[in-house]
Amino acid sequence: MSKLSDHLFLVTILVYAVAMVAFAADLAFRRQVVPIFRSGDVIRRTPQATRVDERELVGAGVSTGPGGRSSSLPVDPPRSSAASAGSSGAGGPGEGDDAGGHFTWLARAAVGLTALGWLIHLATIVTRGIAARRVPWGNMFEFSTVAAFICVTAFLVLLAKQRARWLGTFVLLPVVLYLGLAGTVLYKSAGPLVPALNSYWLKIHVLAAITASGLFFVSGIVALLYLAKSYRPDGPMLSRLPAAEKLDRITYGIVALSFPIWTFAVIAGAIWAEAAWGRYWGWDPKETWSFITWVIYAGYLHARSTAGWRGRRAAWFAVAAFAALIVNYYVVNIWIVGLHSYAGVG
Amino acid sequence: MSVETPSSSVPSGVPIDDPVDREWESGLEPAAVRRDREAAEAKAAGTPAPRRPKGTRSRAVATLAAAWRQLTSMRTALLLLLLLAVAAVPGSIFPQRPVNPLRVDQYLQQHPSIGPFLDRLHAFNVFTAPWFSAIYVLLMVSLVGCVVPRLRMHIRTLLAPPPKAPAHPARLPVGTSWTTDLPPDQAVAEARAVLRKARFRAVLGDPANGTTVAAEKGLLRETGNLLFHFSLIAVLVGIAIGSLFGYSGSVLVPEGRTFTNTLVAYDAFTPGARVDQARLQPFSFTLDDFSARYRASGEPADFVAALHYRTGFDGPEHTGVLKVNKPLTFGQTKVYLTGHGYAPHFVLRDRTGRVVFDDYVPCTPRGGTEPVRSSCTVKIPDAGLAPKGQLKVPQQLAFRASLIADPVGGTPELKGPQLQLSSFVGDLHLDEGTPQNVYSLDPSGLDPIRTTGAGGSNQLIQTVNVGPGPDGTVSALPDGLTLSVDGIRDWSVFAVKHDPGKSLVLIAAVLLLIGLVLTLTIRRRRIWVRAVAVPGSSGGAGGAEGAGTVGAAPSRTLLEVGGVARVGDISAEFDELAARLRHRLPESPAPSTAERETRVEAL
Repeated sequence: MSKLSDHLFLVTILVYAVAMVAFAADLAFRRQVVPIFRSGDVIRRTPQATRVDERELVGAGVSTGPGGRSSSLPVDPPRSSAASAGSSGAGGPGEGDDAGGHFTWLARAAVGLTALGWLIHLATIVTRGIAARRVPWGNMFEFSTVAAFICVTAFLVLLAKQRARWLGTFVLLPVVLYLGLAGTVLYKSAGPLVPALNSYWLKIHVLAAITASGLFFVSGIVALLYLAKSYRPDGPMLSRLPAAEKLDRITYGIVALSFPIWTFAVIAGAIWAEAAWGRYWGWDPKETWSFITWVIYAGYLHARSTAGWRGRRAAWFAVAAFAALIVNYYVVNIWIVGLHSYAGVG
Repeated sequence: MSVETPSSSVPSGVPIDDPVDREWESGLEPAAVRRDREAAEAKAAGTPAPRRPKGTRSRAVATLAAAWRQLTSMRTALLLLLLLAVAAVPGSIFPQRPVNPLRVDQYLQQHPSIGPFLDRLHAFNVFTAPWFSAIYVLLMVSLVGCVVPRLRMHIRTLLAPPPKAPAHPARLPVGTSWTTDLPPDQAVAEARAVLRKARFRAVLGDPANGTTVAAEKGLLRETGNLLFHFSLIAVLVGIAIGSLFGYSGSVLVPEGRTFTNTLVAYDAFTPGARVDQARLQPFSFTLDDFSARYRASGEPADFVAALHYRTGFDGPEHTGVLKVNKPLTFGQTKVYLTGHGYAPHFVLRDRTGRVVFDDYVPCTPRGGTEPVRSSCTVKIPDAGLAPKGQLKVPQQLAFRASLIADPVGGTPELKGPQLQLSSFVGDLHLDEGTPQNVYSLDPSGLDPIRTTGAGGSNQLIQTVNVGPGPDGTVSALPDGLTLSVDGIRDWSVFAVKHDPGKSLVLIAAVLLLIGLVLTLTIRRRRIWVRAVAVPGSSGGAGGAEGAGTVGAAPSRTLLEVGGVARVGDISAEFDELAARLRHRLPESPAPSTAERETRVEAL
């Protein structure tokens, strides 16, 4: 079973890698921007257009068009037409494509491969759990595998809800690298755990930490894309991304979901630490960096709602928090001695 | 601190002169957030920030007020948050005294030049350093200064009815309108019923403002936000209580011994600043049996300590089991299992077979936490040997041994344990008043003895196979003394922790999480319905401006429904509500084109 899991792991990486290339090609060869609007206009849309566009995004195209005032349409216009009229003019690249239904065979293949990879990924985790006869998140290798799984899951959800095909390459590339790193440097064969790690709360704590990390990972990528887009909206590839505000909203949406999970992970960890070591908080390096990550994400949430800090500055917070998360994960686990030295590496 | 000023996406659709938008801005925005926004807007517009009108306050008060405003502003809070994150970093880079004092000493030895300098900067106790404390105290003050006024305002909001309807709700970011046949009064009553059913706080508006319904939902967002921030303060209070009134200690207990919770019984004890050390919580326990199981790889599989214990001085006796993740609780005090090792039974007999010394001596694990090899030190000051020479140098015995738990397999489990024993005679310097570590031996004044035993005769390092047989006995000690190691017991280290702030921290942490989820998932939104009587087909232009102003009996009612949310998009929810309203207040048959145009003009 352990062997099977390892094989599935390799297949997962391969499928993701191919899907990543397909997404990249899809992004590169995507039909060019609707001629009326240059891509640079995307972020300077009129409020009305933005609003219509938003509605398109959440899939609630049938609602009152805002045109009631701006364009002397009847009070009660045939609403869907108003909405679609707005979006066909204002829809940025990427969004407009999807709305128009230009789902190329390349895009289909990319999405299909990702879904396939996701299923194999799931099988990898399940077989690993069966082989080790415990929850499959006991060491750093398994942690990475599950965190990458959460990443891809989050991406698939965004794909379904936000039509975020443009995100494919940017999520799958780090996921493939991350899994590759996990499979080579961090690999440890399936086995039982030391007694200190064998606890109910710990399983919950680690699962919550993995889930939050996976989600933060995606939000970090989107935040970086936001920054790139906001500095150079016309840059190569960047012009094919959705509007900066949309990227900002997605970043916020993911952080708003994962921040409570992270908070819960920290609390669960404290409860477990209290049971195992007799203190709920001891400024162990891992705890310190969890705290740092938490504080910066709290800063992000506050910055995003503070005048003068919204936008780029807030996004830098999200990126800094993401960096703290990475430090917490790699640097602390591998190079700093602490009570969390469970990684089984080095 | 985390109140959203209107996000760029939603209110941007409303022109700034919209009265609702204004009201929304001023009524919902905490002072601190507003100041930040105004300052930012002023900066953007190139004008100085608006100042409060100067009253009769003195300059000093004004300065203080300005400083307070600055401190409680969101920008300051953000900077402090960043600073806190950065300040915590050295705490993970340098070894910390409260976590591992040994590594701090090591670091100081290895870095003699920069070490003391770092020490002066509190690099080895970052989390109690004045500069670290300063940041979080400022942050807490800023937090309190921000949330207390917000709490007041939130209570006011909760008590007040939802704000009155704007002139034209249909012009809001989400809005719609239609005509119905019901008269305005009835229409709004129905609309209110629909909104109430959707769990909106819906009230009929002041008749002076026309026939309206004002509805609001999602006040729990701010409630959650405040809950989060107050819980954060409570967590800190709990931590403070714990560090003032809590204590922790550790004690090594061999099997068969009893520990009583008094200061003298501890090997190490760290009290909080306000702990009455004479009155520790009374309890005692005896370690009956300790067992450790290991895997073939030498990794520990399970530790179990069986004990019987007593709460209070003379409470009833209970038996219990302690495991690594399962502490034993005495009220607010908990006892944890933190380490274990072996204590061989050393018995020294004189030539007549009389027992001179008899004790289980704990050996400390070497190189790691598992007792694969442990060091034993036995000091016998009174072995009955006569002092030597003119100076009457005491002739005391000492043994140093390396205990190997499993000589064949090399595991930490006891499988034919063996001692490599060195024996010494001489002065132990015990009477000189300088404190000694029981686990180490001062070699000055001690002479090694060559002994006879299982490893042969005349050996400086003798092999002792632990057990009652002859292999467990060492002879050829002075005066015909013999030392036998006939048995071995486990010992265990118990950590005793008392933290009276812990339950508060836990409760506060749970509330904090609840508040966080509420504030991040709930959206605050408002919906208004305005019903305006419109004249029948004969009505003229402008007739819809005010309800009931037209002489002809109104035959229809124009319903305007609209809503706003501070953050996010409520169009889906609004559409559903509008559909329900339409269902309850059905639309009249389509009016003539002329009529429609009239209405559009009126709007």
